[in-house]
Amino acid sequence: MLDIARVREDFPILQQQVNGRRLVYLDNAATTQKPRQVIEALVRYYETSNANIHRGIHTLATRATEQYEAARARVARFIGAAGPEEVIFTRNATEAINLVARAWGDASVGEGDEIILTVMEHHSNIVPWQLLAARKGARLRYAGVTPGGQLDLDGLRQLIGPRTKLVAVTQMSNVLGTIIPVGDIAEMAHAAGALLLVDGAQGVPHLPVDVSRLGADFLAFSAHKMLGPTGVGVLWGRTELLETMPPFLGGGDMIAVVREEMSTWAELPHKFEAGTPNIADVVAFGAAVDYLEGVGMANVRQHEEELTALALDRLRRVPGLRVFGPVAAAERGGVVSFAMDAAHPHDVATIADGYGVAIRAGHHCAQLLMRALGVPATSRASFSIYNGEDDVEALIEALEGVNRVFGVGRERAAIR
Amino acid sequence: MWDVSEPLFDDLYRELILDHYRRPRNRGPLAGANLQAEGVNPVCGDEVHLDLQVEDGVIRDLGFWGQGCSISQASASMLTERLKGRPLDEAEAVTGKVRSMLVEGAPPAPELGDLAALEGVAKLPVRVKCALLAWNVLLEALRQATAAAQEERNG
Repeated sequence: MLDIARVREDFPILQQQVNGRRLVYLDNAATTQKPRQVIEALVRYYETSNANIHRGIHTLATRATEQYEAARARVARFIGAAGPEEVIFTRNATEAINLVARAWGDASVGEGDEIILTVMEHHSNIVPWQLLAARKGARLRYAGVTPGGQLDLDGLRQLIGPRTKLVAVTQMSNVLGTIIPVGDIAEMAHAAGALLLVDGAQGVPHLPVDVSRLGADFLAFSAHKMLGPTGVGVLWGRTELLETMPPFLGGGDMIAVVREEMSTWAELPHKFEAGTPNIADVVAFGAAVDYLEGVGMANVRQHEEELTALALDRLRRVPGLRVFGPVAAAERGGVVSFAMDAAHPHDVATIADGYGVAIRAGHHCAQLLMRALGVPATSRASFSIYNGEDDVEALIEALEGVNRVFGVGRERAAIR
Repeated sequence: MWDVSEPLFDDLYRELILDHYRRPRNRGPLAGANLQAEGVNPVCGDEVHLDLQVEDGVIRDLGFWGQGCSISQASASMLTERLKGRPLDEAEAVTGKVRSMLVEGAPPAPELGDLAALEGVAKLPVRVKCALLAWNVLLEALRQATAAAQEERNG
């Protein structure tokens, strides 16, 4: 059981009022807030250790390199990687997926080959594959979503064939919260000789993840959605795959020897980290991983599942409100999308903000899913470890306020 | 009943705006339209289509359709009501006054009439583009009208 009051004390940004009310931050699927420990690690790095890494001889360069590589080792341990060399730092999950699409895709996907996606994917797990398909004459195929908000697993199975080179799926829908059976999909993909890339941007921050058992060949995620700073993403890949892949970007730090015509590449993971990386934010990301490990990912998951169950129950009792996605909290992460009969999602978000409640409204970078759901946009509340039952109650109060403003249940004139 | 932030909501969601949202005026495509324009806010997906029937420099009739938030759709509905039967140059002038009110926070000009109800939107920068959408679509239609008139003169 999480002590929410104590957790909140670690998050300075939550100690404020918005529009005269306690800030209730429910936009965690977009980005989470940062605990004091992460902010302090960032400041401490700049105040005590800042230098460029990997080639310096002096004390600060050594210190900065040690801290940067220590963060890599912590991330590797956090996700159960075989070793730190399997963890490549990028700018974000999007760049991690683009790295695979370029470095692996350009070398491995040819004309007529197929890449299998789902309509639940975030645009970051669609557009890089569209670009690859256009470059190579490959074909994209999409698995659908069931009326209950689950991935159509049978449909996906039928799409996988002899031309399938890659299956790329989210671990958890950023709209519906649906947890995807990655292990089953890995079996299907591997049986067909295809690889599996998992977009863990939503999954890794909220579910215990062990890549040695996940079944994925690549896993992409972002630091800023898991209490870490913006500007850092991770690509995890199996060593034997990463070793066969050519570099993504060229430049300093990713080479072994440079000659006039050609160069040789540095060892993993440096082959994929050209130029000075985001050292300070990677170091602070290490502190975020420490924080999550301190809480325990099983506890994170249990807390968010309980909160989601409460939110689903309370939301369904709001008049004129429809919840999208799986009914059972056990089948979903802490992400709840909904629509209200009375008001468009943007109006819902504006009024909620008036109550100090931060939720998101829009297509959530998932236009294919919006089309499958038959809505232009949804409102979305998403949870993190500092959210409690009081936040759910504040959300419900705000949504009842939406109904009042839009005159649901009675004429608005009567209350003015 | 209102325990929080009542002024914000009252100012933004005025009864007139909600009324236009619930009961849009001049909604639907126009059979005799000779000018058409449409616009989308890519960030939020708000969508407005505008059909105009223009004769002798006067907007004889107009209709709109689309989807989106209350502000975007009410603004479009109010636009059609305000400009039906009005000359093109008045449409342009009113558009300028709406922009001043929404973008610069100018007090609503008297000729705006009911459109003054959109005044509260100016205080919420993220929603200004919702209210402006229909007016940007109108400007596109007016540009077409000008170009067509020019062509006629040249031809």
